[in-house]
Amino acid sequence: MTGRLAIRRCSGALSLQDGGRTGYQRYGLSGSGAMDPLAMAAANALVGNPPGAAALELGLGGGRFVVEAGSAWLATAGAPCTVRIDGVPIAGHRTVSLPDGAELAIDPPREGTFVYLAVAGGFRAEPLLGSVSLHLRAGIGGAGGRLFQAGDGLDFVVSEGPAPGDRTIDAVALDRDAPIRVMLGPQADRFAKAGIDTLLGATFTVSHRADRMGYQLEGPAIAHGEAGYNIVSDATVAGSIQVPGHGRPIVLMADRQTTGGYPKIATVVSADLRRLAQRRPGEAVRFEAVDLARAREAALRRAHDLADLPTRLRPLGGIDVERLLGANLAGQAVDALRDST
Amino acid sequence: MSEAPRPVSVPQPRLLWCGDTALTVEFGDTIDPVANAAVLALDRRVRDARVPGLVEAVPTYRSLTLHVDPCAIDPAALEAALLAMIDAPSDDAAPTRVWRLPVVYGGAFGIDLDDVAAHHGISSDEVVARHSAPDYRVAMNGFLPGYAYLSGLDPSLALSRRESPRPVTPAGTISIGGVQALVASIAAPSGWHLLGRTPVRAFLPGRDPVFLFEPGDTIRFCPIEAERWNEMDRAAQAGERIAECETAR
Repeated sequence: MTGRLAIRRCSGALSLQDGGRTGYQRYGLSGSGAMDPLAMAAANALVGNPPGAAALELGLGGGRFVVEAGSAWLATAGAPCTVRIDGVPIAGHRTVSLPDGAELAIDPPREGTFVYLAVAGGFRAEPLLGSVSLHLRAGIGGAGGRLFQAGDGLDFVVSEGPAPGDRTIDAVALDRDAPIRVMLGPQADRFAKAGIDTLLGATFTVSHRADRMGYQLEGPAIAHGEAGYNIVSDATVAGSIQVPGHGRPIVLMADRQTTGGYPKIATVVSADLRRLAQRRPGEAVRFEAVDLARAREAALRRAHDLADLPTRLRPLGGIDVERLLGANLAGQAVDALRDST
Repeated sequence: MSEAPRPVSVPQPRLLWCGDTALTVEFGDTIDPVANAAVLALDRRVRDARVPGLVEAVPTYRSLTLHVDPCAIDPAALEAALLAMIDAPSDDAAPTRVWRLPVVYGGAFGIDLDDVAAHHGISSDEVVARHSAPDYRVAMNGFLPGYAYLSGLDPSLALSRRESPRPVTPAGTISIGGVQALVASIAAPSGWHLLGRTPVRAFLPGRDPVFLFEPGDTIRFCPIEAERWNEMDRAAQAGERIAECETAR
């Protein structure tokens, strides 16, 4: 059975995203996929979907959604925001059953950038090259290769399994004050020592030139070495920090160009890219250098956290005394876990 | 076009980690056919070797970047396996696909043709003749989907990029910049010199295959009259390849 979610209003960058595409960077097509995969996985876990199932990604915006035909179990996760059903506020990071004709409103996030809306059963869209993710520059995926607009809608599969019921999950940590971990290179040798010191010592700010392709940062200029700022193009990765001639770093994101001709001073480690993605224009960014071993430890912890999401679901309703006691006793451990996400 | 045999003048590559999700094998820092041949040879070996944790490999002019799953690799073993593959004797010259791309040169299709001719002190026809004479090699696809960067440009046509890039250039643009030649797929900004357009879609969602050109393919440009554009452009948009392709060894 198929249901339909109508988009009555939306703002910001509303797109369909999943785990993204692999295998096409050799043809110039970057992977796309959720900017915060952990938050998307949390929304999916709430409604019983696999972590990489397609979800709506709201980038610095909100939306009003109505289920047409049938009812649906929905959940939001990611940046904290106000969610309302027919005007009545409910908490985020929980499931909600939306009856036929009821309106779900998601306000723009109070802090952070990306909110994910998942539906039990999953959104149905025609995959291209193995993914339904919108890649705006390539004009593929999502709503015919573009962002969603008011008046659009999208189909979802009405889940045959048991309803997820009213449940919640801990909010995914945004860690807005923590430094973003990077590994120096691959072209750190194209920079003066002063340039490396600037990258690791200064506080930068996310500029308004920030989108799914890349985040340009404002701050002190990073000095190149004597060889200048042009290199023969080579491959980029999600997290590459390239520094053009003006010295202001650009962190390349999910929809980035696959190759580039500016030297890359450092690379954001995979576990921390979602933390950077969740910072909005005007927010501060500091970098901390780590080695490959520590970057891999962080990646393994992230993978564990993602796989562990289904075990962190809790039923909603009433006061769960046992859980409150447990949370108090285990407060330190919970904090430690949050630090590692 | 045959592969340059290793180990002639291929420097020992550098292994450069790009965060925890990629390892770049860098054969040089210039545009060099020998380095590019080494890149493409390693790309084929990596594909045949089924490297644990490998997600995808991206060849460029001078390097091969392996995108990996950081949770599924042993970094030291990956580095050792790559070095062993690089040092293995070369006996793997691959068959080359040769593409013939129809191109309308000059006029509204290539607004910089006359300027390029004037800069080099030759006629526009001579620029077309020199640009359509060589066999080009797809050194890499990159930047945007379906953009093919070519080596093999006649050095007498080399010309540094425009001082001010154009905010938009049309899909299918055939252009040159420095010693490089380019087949653009989709409309984008460009600071290169526009010589012509091809109706061929290097990237067309919904067609099988979506992408036409593999790194290592050979490309020849075939000048056509502007009168043929509309018909070929319609056919290409409808999903025909237009470009002729043959396999040569």
